[in-house]
Amino acid sequence: MFRVTRRYRFAASHRLNAPSLDVETNRKLYGKCNNPYGHGHNYEVEVIARGPLDGAGRTVDVRVLDELVAREVISPFGHRNLNTEVSSFAALVPTSENLAAEICRRLQEGWPRAFPGEWPKLEKVRIAETPRNIFEIDADEKQQSNC
Amino acid sequence: MLITRKVEFSASHVCRLPELSAEENHKLFGMAANPHGHGHNYVVEVTLEGEPDPVTGMVMDLKELKEVLNRQVVDPYDHRFLNYEVPPFDRVVPTAENVALDIWQRLEPHVSNGRHRLHAVRVYENQDLYVDYFGDGPCSG
Repeated sequence: MFRVTRRYRFAASHRLNAPSLDVETNRKLYGKCNNPYGHGHNYEVEVIARGPLDGAGRTVDVRVLDELVAREVISPFGHRNLNTEVSSFAALVPTSENLAAEICRRLQEGWPRAFPGEWPKLEKVRIAETPRNIFEIDADEKQQSNC
Repeated sequence: MLITRKVEFSASHVCRLPELSAEENHKLFGMAANPHGHGHNYVVEVTLEGEPDPVTGMVMDLKELKEVLNRQVVDPYDHRFLNYEVPPFDRVVPTAENVALDIWQRLEPHVSNGRHRLHAVRVYENQDLYVDYFGDGPCSG
């Protein structure tokens, strides 16, 4: 069994603000991330897949994975304001936890068409908001909890 | 406890299956099928699992591990055209997955014994693409 990790990058802006909380509470909770004008990050996303070797000696056709990630993640998120331009975050705070879960959901949705066979399987999505803040979600776990 | 040692080598390769035409190989492997070959600065991370020796405090002497890695991996792979110069890639496609598998097979007899065992081989083809191989067992770690 092999595990293949592919890293992608996109830049986006966001603002952390929970609509159910008042202004002062949001400011205290999110600090600088609550700045009403938003701020941005160079996000790094690692997509981790696992499986055996196929007839070509590969676990993943990286070109197919690149197309999937470009369509589902880089194109809708890259150089966007996540709060105002990505409908998933219209009512969901675009924390990196929520971003990781949303990226995982999008990849899972597009996965069967990109990889119609039994393998490879999406295993994890890891997202680095900055080099110091890293978030990881287990795709299997997400599927079980159906969130 | 896990210990990891990193080594690098540079090598060229071409990904193609001999039973396919040039056009079919290009469709399957893209630019990696260019028959003239292309190269990478490979980075290999080798991870051993074991308990520290009660006297030396080491799982394995890293100097010794470095020598094994140089002898079994860097010497045969570095600055070579894998398909032409490094068996089994005269008959096995040198994808990053197969490179990880071959490195595992080259190292396993030299680093797995009663005191420690080979846990994982990670091969970076470039900084944005790497493969982990954990032997015949399921993915872990």
